[in-house]
Amino acid sequence: MRVALAACLGLLLSACGQQQVPAGPDMETILAAGPAETLADYGLFADASARQPSAGVVPYDLINPLFSDHASKHRLVYVPEGEAAAYRGGEEVLDFPVGTVLIKTFAFAPDMRTPAEGERYRETRLLIHKADGWAAYPYVWNEGETEARYAPAGAWLDLAYTDPSGTPVEIDYRVPNQNQCKTCHQLGDAIAPIGPKGRNLSHEGPLGVDQIDDWTARGMLTGAPVSFDVVADVHDASLPLDARARAYLDINCAHCHRAEGSASNSGLWLGWEVDEPVKLGVGKHPTAAGRGSGSGTVVIEPGLPDASIMVYRMDSSEAGVAMPELGRALIDDEGVELVRAWISEMDVAG
Amino acid sequence: MRKILFAAASVTVLAACGGAGDGSEGNATGNQSSVSSSTGEAQDVTVEVGDDFALRLQTALIEATPGSTITLPAGTFAMTDGLTLDVDGVTLRGASQSETILDFKNQMGSGEGLLVTSDDVTLTNFTVRDSKGDGIKSKGADRITYSDVKVEWLGEPSEENGAYGIYPVESTDVLIERTHVRGASDAGIYVGQSSNIIVRDNLAEFNVAGIEIENSSNALVNGNVVRNNAGGILVFDLPDLPVMGGNSTLIRNNLIEDNNTRNFAPPGNIVASVPSGTGVIIMANDRVMVRDNNFANNQTAHVLITAYSQAFSDADYNPLPRNIEVRNNTYGESGYNPQGDLGEIASLVGGNLPPIIWDGVTSWGGNDETDVNIFIDEPASVGFVNLGLGSYPIDVSAASPSMDRPDGESIGNMPTVTLAHAE
Repeated sequence: MRVALAACLGLLLSACGQQQVPAGPDMETILAAGPAETLADYGLFADASARQPSAGVVPYDLINPLFSDHASKHRLVYVPEGEAAAYRGGEEVLDFPVGTVLIKTFAFAPDMRTPAEGERYRETRLLIHKADGWAAYPYVWNEGETEARYAPAGAWLDLAYTDPSGTPVEIDYRVPNQNQCKTCHQLGDAIAPIGPKGRNLSHEGPLGVDQIDDWTARGMLTGAPVSFDVVADVHDASLPLDARARAYLDINCAHCHRAEGSASNSGLWLGWEVDEPVKLGVGKHPTAAGRGSGSGTVVIEPGLPDASIMVYRMDSSEAGVAMPELGRALIDDEGVELVRAWISEMDVAG
Repeated sequence: MRKILFAAASVTVLAACGGAGDGSEGNATGNQSSVSSSTGEAQDVTVEVGDDFALRLQTALIEATPGSTITLPAGTFAMTDGLTLDVDGVTLRGASQSETILDFKNQMGSGEGLLVTSDDVTLTNFTVRDSKGDGIKSKGADRITYSDVKVEWLGEPSEENGAYGIYPVESTDVLIERTHVRGASDAGIYVGQSSNIIVRDNLAEFNVAGIEIENSSNALVNGNVVRNNAGGILVFDLPDLPVMGGNSTLIRNNLIEDNNTRNFAPPGNIVASVPSGTGVIIMANDRVMVRDNNFANNQTAHVLITAYSQAFSDADYNPLPRNIEVRNNTYGESGYNPQGDLGEIASLVGGNLPPIIWDGVTSWGGNDETDVNIFIDEPASVGFVNLGLGSYPIDVSAASPSMDRPDGESIGNMPTVTLAHAE
C-alpha cells in the first residue's frame, strides 16, 4: 500500500518539475557538488521507504562489520551502468568508479534478537564518489519512514530496544554529523570507504551468492582473482583467537588507528597488516589518552587484560574514555571479551 | 569460488594502505591552502541565541564557506556532542572569553569539545568549558590561531578532567596567544608533533602541566604566566610516535611560579611522572634554551633537565637532552619540598635541592657516553646539581651527585620562529 502510494506521489511530483523523484539512479544528483535534500532525490530506491532498490542498486554485506550499538545495517552499492570497480588486492578497498554510491541504512527493531520483526529505519549514510573524491552525507528518517532528510549536523535519537543478549537498553543514539563521518573515513587529506575490501566481501551475502562472483558476473567488478585470502569471521569461535581479534581491531579501530587516519598521532596502529608489537600497543605507553588510560600504563600488557588500556577504553561508554570515540553509545561486550581473551593468551615474555 | 580461509595475521607483512596510488582518492576535504580563491564569496554567519543552538552551530560549521567568519553571541550554551570544523579559512569568533561559553558538561559523545581539521582557522573570544575529553583539538590544521580563547574545567583540579586544554597536533605554523587554560589533567596547552610554533602571553594554571611542547620543532614559548600547575613548562620528546626528534625550543620571558599543585594526572600518562613543584622540564630534546624567565616558589626545582625515563624499543629514538642552555633567569625560592623520585634523591644531597637539576645521563642502550652539551650560564650563586646517573635506564641508587657544572658551551642564537600566517 505504502509503496503504491509513494509511486503515485512520485508521478504527481514529477509533473511539478522541482521535486520530481527520479525513476532510477540520477547521475546529476549523485554527482552534484552538494547533497540532495532527501534520500529519495537520488533515485536509488523505487519507493519512498527505501525498501525497493532501483535497478543496478545491489544489496551486500561484510564478513565483519563495525559495531554500531547492535544496529542492523542494510548496505547497498550502486556502480554506474557500464562502469566497474577494480579489485586491487584483498587488503584494499575496491577501486570504485566515479558515480559510485555506497548506501548504509541503520535500523532497529524492538527486540534485536529478532531484528526483522518491527524493524524501523533510523538513518541512512551515503558515501558518494564525486568527480573530486568521496563525500559523506547523513540522512535521518522521519517517524513514518516516508522520508529521510539530509542532516548535516547529525542527530540524537532516543532508542529503546532489547539487545541480542536479551537485555533491554535505552540509549541516546548518535547519528554522526557530516564531519564525524569524515573523522572515521579519513585517508590522508581525502576520505574513503572502509568496509568493502575484497577480503571482507568475499562470502555469501544477502542475495545468497558469493558477492565477489556476483559482482563480477554483473559487470560491476573486474580483476578479482579466482582465489584469495578472506578475513577471519570475528564471531566464528572455531577460528584462531589471534586471527579473530586482529580482524576485530582491523574493522573497528584501524580506520582511525593507522598512519593516514584520524588517530595517526597516537602511533598506535591496529590494521591487519601491522606486525610490530609496539605499534599494536604491546608495552606501548599512551600518548594523549588522558583519563582514557584509567589506571593502566600501557595499551596492551600481555597476559593482563585488566591492566591493558585497550580493554579499559573498549569497556567504557563514557565520552572521553570510550574507544572508538564515535559511533557507539553501548559497549560491544562480545568484542571486549574477544580482545580480553586475546591479551590473556599473549605470551607474557612478549 | 573457493577461497583460502585466511592469512595468519601475525606474519602477513603487506604494504600499508598508502595514500599514493589510491585511485579513489580525491581532495574531498578541500584542503587547499588558499583561503579566498575558491569559487563563491565568503558568507559570514551569525549563530543567534535560541532553541537548538548546538545543532545550528554545528550546521554553520559544516556549511561555512571558506574564508568566512562565524560569530557566536554572548551567552552560555549547552553542548551535547563535540563540535567539528573542517572548512579552510574560517574564523570562529565569540563576544569574549567571559561572555560566550560553550558548556560541555552534558557532553555525550566525541573525544573533545571542538575538533578542527582544516587549515587557516582562527578561534577567538570564547570559552570551552568542562569538555569530557580534550578541550579544543586541531589536527593537521596548518596556520591555526588560537587567540583570547579560554578552556577550563571548573572546580578543584581533578583526574576526571579532560587531558589537554588547547591541543594542536601534526600541524605547521601554530599561534596560541592570550589564551587562558585551567584544570587540564594533562597539559593546559599541548603542542604535539608540530613545527613552527609560537605560544605567547597565555595564562596556564591548575593543570598538571601548564604548557607542553612535545615531539615538535622550532617553538617559541614567550611571555606566558604559568602558575599553580604541577609542572610549569615541559619540552618533551617521546618514542614510538610518527614524529620524533623534538628540537629547537626557546622558553623566554615567562613568569613560572607556584607550580605546586598535586600531580592529578591518570597514572599511564607521561606527565604523571612530573614531580609537583617543577618549573621547567626538558626531556629528551635537542637545542632548548631557557632564558630571561622569572622563576618563583616551585617546591621541587625550577629547571629539571632529564632523560626519558621509561623503557623503549624504538631504535630511532634518542632519550637524552642535549644542547641545552640555561641563562639569565631570575630564581626565587625552590627545592624546599622536593616530590617524587627527586624527593628520594634530595636526601642524598642534604634534603633540599638547588634550582637547576640535571640527571647526568650521557649514554643509553649500551652506547658510549656522548657529549650532550649542557650549558648552565648563570651566576655562581645559582645552585646546580648533576645527579650523575650516567647511563640509561635510570637507577636512582646509582646517583653520584655533584655540584660541578658541566663543561658546556653556548648553543648560540635560537632561530627566530616565523609563522606563515601571523607576525
